[in-house]
Amino acid sequence: MNPAIVAAKEIQQAVRNRWVLAATLLLAGLALSLTFLGSAPTGSVGVRALDVIIVSLSSLTIFLIPLIALLISHDAIVGDMERGTMLLLLSYPVARWQVLLGKFLGHLAVLAFATCLGYGVAAAALMASGSRIDNDSLAAFSAMIGSSVLLGAIFVAIGYLVSAMVRDRGTAAGVCIGLWLLLVLIYDMALLGLLALDQGRNISAGVLNAILLFNPTDVYRLLNLTGFVNVSMFAGMAGLTQNTSLSAPTLLAALILWTLVPLGLAALAFSRREL
Amino acid sequence: MTPTVHIAGVTKHYGCIAAVTDVSFELGEGETVALIGHNGAGKTTLMKLMLGLIRPTRGSIEVLGDNPGAGQFEGRRRLGYLPENVSLDAALTGRETQTFYAKLKREPVAKALELLDMVGLGTAGARRVGTYSKGMRQRLGLAQALIGRPRVLLLDEPTSGLDPELRQTFYEAMQQLAAEGTTVLLSSHALTELEERAGRVIIMNHGIKVADGSISGLRRLARLPTRIRLKVSGLESGEVPAWLPTSAQFRRLNGHIVEIDAAPDQKIDLLHRATAEGTSVEDLDVVPPSLDEVYAHFLKSTGTPQ
Repeated sequence: MNPAIVAAKEIQQAVRNRWVLAATLLLAGLALSLTFLGSAPTGSVGVRALDVIIVSLSSLTIFLIPLIALLISHDAIVGDMERGTMLLLLSYPVARWQVLLGKFLGHLAVLAFATCLGYGVAAAALMASGSRIDNDSLAAFSAMIGSSVLLGAIFVAIGYLVSAMVRDRGTAAGVCIGLWLLLVLIYDMALLGLLALDQGRNISAGVLNAILLFNPTDVYRLLNLTGFVNVSMFAGMAGLTQNTSLSAPTLLAALILWTLVPLGLAALAFSRREL
Repeated sequence: MTPTVHIAGVTKHYGCIAAVTDVSFELGEGETVALIGHNGAGKTTLMKLMLGLIRPTRGSIEVLGDNPGAGQFEGRRRLGYLPENVSLDAALTGRETQTFYAKLKREPVAKALELLDMVGLGTAGARRVGTYSKGMRQRLGLAQALIGRPRVLLLDEPTSGLDPELRQTFYEAMQQLAAEGTTVLLSSHALTELEERAGRVIIMNHGIKVADGSISGLRRLARLPTRIRLKVSGLESGEVPAWLPTSAQFRRLNGHIVEIDAAPDQKIDLLHRATAEGTSVEDLDVVPPSLDEVYAHFLKSTGTPQ
């Protein structure tokens, strides 16, 4: 009950602060432009228009969703402490883990709303423009939206962990930007460089899988770009699909674990915090 | 008198700084207690300890049957807290804020909203807290602290920023709650204001409890002189009134007023002498030592710790 009350207040605040509006407009705008500009090479009457969109939208998601999630979450704890509102809230009959869970549910609801609406608009626009869409594509698209929300959840949880551990808001923002750069950009580049240098001598498929599982954005990419046969064809990941032994349930489990572990650690750090 | 708050041998260190050292006291039902001390004396630390916001380095705390340091919070449904410089979410309106806190305490929302009228935020309740002045935020802070008829009320500098009229309303509400058995602990710098309201005073200095007792009890303990001011007619300058004992300390103020510092045991004797037949005393005022003076006395007598 307590987490629901806190979540409702977080949502109310996000609506007031125009967070919901901003995130939804941003995602919808980018998704729409990708839909119509991105379909130029294949033609708008292409049979698999939605599959092409999935490839481009999931690449967009990997950059944008973690950034939005970290923006909302990085000052959830340390920011409220600095503003002093946490002091009063914790004098109420509510446990700290309930506060954290409530904030998580609220922020996740905001992200889920923005993602579903923003990306949904793109799919609807594609249908309205006369593209034929079969059930396979629709299933892949829904899975993409679902996993995008899950990716958001992961970075909200990571943001909380940072927020529960650092001393002030500035540090939280800095650490979060660093984490974003690391997980979204640097990790893959470093991995690519490593693989090119190694030439397949030492790094086996098993090691590669493990390395990929250690980055939630890679797990997300694998899930969406190799999970569905048609999509992986467009993504140019068909080759990788044969090499990787990671099944969709494994990848999904990894994403869920990536949410729960940082969230649990954040709750632990928060419960030990003195304010 | 059942204790609602029990603090035994509590010490709190921040790194190597001792914020509170070996403090013990009990607060009973219906007691109004003033927690006095200058900035950094440990008042806010004590309140945070009672709320479980920080954990004691040593010692034990019990508030309404909970051990707050261990994360127990059931008793907090009957606890009201007003932090120093209260801050509230700026994006919500006053009514939304009050509704949110009432829900967390499982209290009827309608009754909590009535409190907004009581603190004079009836019409401003529909506006966002971000637009409020400091005084209005303080009122909203008070309104949330009073949700659900608390059994323990912790108020950190409650009347700062309130206008005199609202102060009166606030003290009336506080007295009514105390009469119903609520323990009120309030910290303040406005000592004279607390004089008639607090039945008991706890004085803190550098994290150490230096005095604890009723105001009259502390006055006796401090043995501060009572000031007796006498209007004496026909007294030459430099002349000492004949009835004045030689041991008494006195000052002459603007010609015909004599001010005597009377030790507690001399007081009655002095008054007898002054008002006896044949003296030229026309009027007299008796000024007991103010809470400020008692406070200053206890701070001086303990000095600064190591």
